[in-house]
Amino acid sequence: MNEQREILNSTQLDIIIKRLSQELIESHQDFSSSVIVSLQPRGKYLANRLISCLSENFNLTSIASGDLDISFYRDDLLTKKLPIIPEEINMDISTENKRVILVDDVLFTARSVRAAMDAIMPFGRPQSIELLVLIDRRLSRHIPIQPNYVGKIVDAIDSERVIVDWKKNSVLILKEKNE
Amino acid sequence: MNSLSVDHMLGIKYLTKKDVDLIFQTADNFKKIINQPIKKVPSLRDVTIANLFFENSTRTKLSFELAEKRLSADVINFSSASSSVKKGETLLDTVNNILAMKVDIIVMRHPNPGASVFLSRNISAKIVNAGDGTHEHPTQALLDSFSIREKYGQVAGKKIVIIGDILHSRVALSNIYCLKKLGAEVGVCGPSTLMPKYLDSLGVNHFSSLNNALKWCDVANVLRIQLERQDVQLLPSLREYSNVFGINKKVLDNLDKKITIMHPGPINRGVELTSDVADSEHSIILNQVENGVAIRMAVLYLLSIKKN
Repeated sequence: MNEQREILNSTQLDIIIKRLSQELIESHQDFSSSVIVSLQPRGKYLANRLISCLSENFNLTSIASGDLDISFYRDDLLTKKLPIIPEEINMDISTENKRVILVDDVLFTARSVRAAMDAIMPFGRPQSIELLVLIDRRLSRHIPIQPNYVGKIVDAIDSERVIVDWKKNSVLILKEKNE
Repeated sequence: MNSLSVDHMLGIKYLTKKDVDLIFQTADNFKKIINQPIKKVPSLRDVTIANLFFENSTRTKLSFELAEKRLSADVINFSSASSSVKKGETLLDTVNNILAMKVDIIVMRHPNPGASVFLSRNISAKIVNAGDGTHEHPTQALLDSFSIREKYGQVAGKKIVIIGDILHSRVALSNIYCLKKLGAEVGVCGPSTLMPKYLDSLGVNHFSSLNNALKWCDVANVLRIQLERQDVQLLPSLREYSNVFGINKKVLDNLDKKITIMHPGPINRGVELTSDVADSEHSIILNQVENGVAIRMAVLYLLSIKKN
């Protein structure tokens, strides 16, 4: 049996996305020299929510964005038990001299973010790279990478899983019990 | 399933349709990557690949080598012309000596049909068949179907005719297997002396007239006459072959539709294709070459991440 508890409901999630959008505006103003790059597959949902929030509530309708697949840059590609099959890359943007905002749903060991920073370089030399995450599992880092924008900090232990359910609009902590 | 059903790439015969779809899906990503300003990914940096070419090759060898380097693998090359094979060493001994140097994947071209199957049964490394005699050339067939899919959106339902020396062609056999797996209709066309006896069992249409074949098809995959594999004279002359089965602009202009011309290379200009056809807007020959690198990257990648 798995035990689960909700840590963010739909209303809280909406409030957080609005706040994150405002934090982004605070430092990127009209986004004319910024691009939002999501990490496939799960960062894409958060990026889409942010982009539609920015366009609906703040009239920022022409934000450049792309979806990055990091499979080929991962450090566990050949050691992972299950094979890693890449997702689609949608990067019809240049990051040359742009301020890149990397978006992912949960920041855990930060190894994917490290891979993402390698994967972003072929699209141009960015002026800067920032990291936005919905959930920061701050006690689980393997690599010294910290986010610039955080939705919620969660202290979960390694055996627990944090799941963002974009269909139900909630965030759950799943505790797997070994019987 | 997110993984290939096979441990080696020996031939299309051994693959499932899902395998082919997975290879295409992965190759889509690699095609994007090789069109980026920085074309290299670190995926296979812990993998060593040996390219063993016991038969001449330019395109396939360069394409494999480039695919390996784009994936950051360590690459060693071997060609039989300058090796100890000339001193009488057996294939198994040669390969075992190379494996003792800790090689993970072997890409092999060999003049004997079944050489790569034999190797896969006797050694532990993963084998990629880069052409074994008149048997199979799986990566060529994959890149051909991938190019058709790129041009038409899908392979299923399309009519493809393979023209030329079907008997000696590993490209023809692998292409027939691959296209049939993907749901295409396949025809072959060429002199009856260059048609294999087992043609009926492959489930393909046979055309003895070039014009009928071209009228029927959406895509014509034109092959080279492999004089080096013919022990006996199967053709009166190349000139006669060219007159009957060669494709020139006039033949194409007489059709009431536009067909796509493919060729696995090397082209004998003026024999199976004239220059004005090979270089025309009908031809996707150079797209095939570009897709070859993406397909080979996908095959090497998927074999490397497959767990035994």
